[in-house]
Amino acid sequence: MSARRTSSNSSNPAGGGKVITITSGKGGVGKTTATANIGAALAAEGYKVCCIDGDIGLRNLDVVMGLENRIVYDLVDVIEGRCKLRQAMIRDKRLPELYLIPAAQTRDKSAISPSDMVRLCDELRAEVDYIIVDSPAGIERGFRNAIAPADEVVIITNPEVSAVRDADRIIGLVEAEQKGPAKLVLNRLNASMVKRGDMLAPEDVLELLAIQLIGLVPEDENVIVSSNSGSPIVLDEKSRAGQAFRNVAKRLTGQEVPFISMDADDGFLSRLGKMMGRGG
Amino acid sequence: MMDFLGRKRKSANKAKERLKLVLIHDRTDLPPGMMEDLRDELIEVISRHIAVDRDQVRIQVTQDGRDQHLVAEIPLKPAKARGR
Repeated sequence: MSARRTSSNSSNPAGGGKVITITSGKGGVGKTTATANIGAALAAEGYKVCCIDGDIGLRNLDVVMGLENRIVYDLVDVIEGRCKLRQAMIRDKRLPELYLIPAAQTRDKSAISPSDMVRLCDELRAEVDYIIVDSPAGIERGFRNAIAPADEVVIITNPEVSAVRDADRIIGLVEAEQKGPAKLVLNRLNASMVKRGDMLAPEDVLELLAIQLIGLVPEDENVIVSSNSGSPIVLDEKSRAGQAFRNVAKRLTGQEVPFISMDADDGFLSRLGKMMGRGG
Repeated sequence: MMDFLGRKRKSANKAKERLKLVLIHDRTDLPPGMMEDLRDELIEVISRHIAVDRDQVRIQVTQDGRDQHLVAEIPLKPAKARGR
């Protein structure tokens, strides 16, 4: 029934599917976009995937994935026993191996606890290959809920001082919770700004944060175009951001994928390649 | 300052330098103003045992990957200058 290829890359003690939590600290850096696209890209690769919107009270993953009209039950309904797990899993029609468990909109983060999330994800592990949890911004209850079940944590940041500072704080918290080392996706990179010295280069951000890079996503207007229509950008073969998110998904499954060039005549990526070689 | 392609780095470089300092203090929970106090107290304690060249003392937090190190460079005064 499932197009499951392998579970051998799962490092979780519970067995079955792997839980990957997407977080950032700062809001607005692209967590929800990343969750929707990593989930869709993994599903397009043939894995069975369930995305969970962890932002209770500020539901958003449903609209980015284009599934907002099909919600009947939500995360809190499952946890409070008003429905079965399967009833809250909305199946994506474009990618039949992709599911969403939406956040509750009329409740707040205190409606669930970290141990509720661990229990729910342990049940889901038996159903799917990957569980992608979209964490809310901040470092409070919602963030704790989101990282509690994680086998792996992916930090999204932008090449900008406030986003990098918050990412560093989150990396420390993830380490303290023994969920590290976190992996990094650098989103909204503007190659021409980097070239003229007005944007932190990927190597600068990596030197500061000192964690493994698994994605460099260029700034791309098509990200907004695709969220307008609720269609993941990874399904757009021509989009550079889509390509970058497909590569993130491949790296998460353990594939070695070279970093795509941001610009025809850039030099920083070759240098970055050496840094990655050293950093693993 | 130039980057590896010999281009002048502008605001990105300022961002990086500022972030370096901010992250050190965020990670260690050591407020920037505390370094001066720490320096003075260290000098005081060490001076009880051995004469140090106060003006040349340097205390800084350095970064090694995600680990922070407090590095103190404390030059000692030569024996003949110790008076008495």
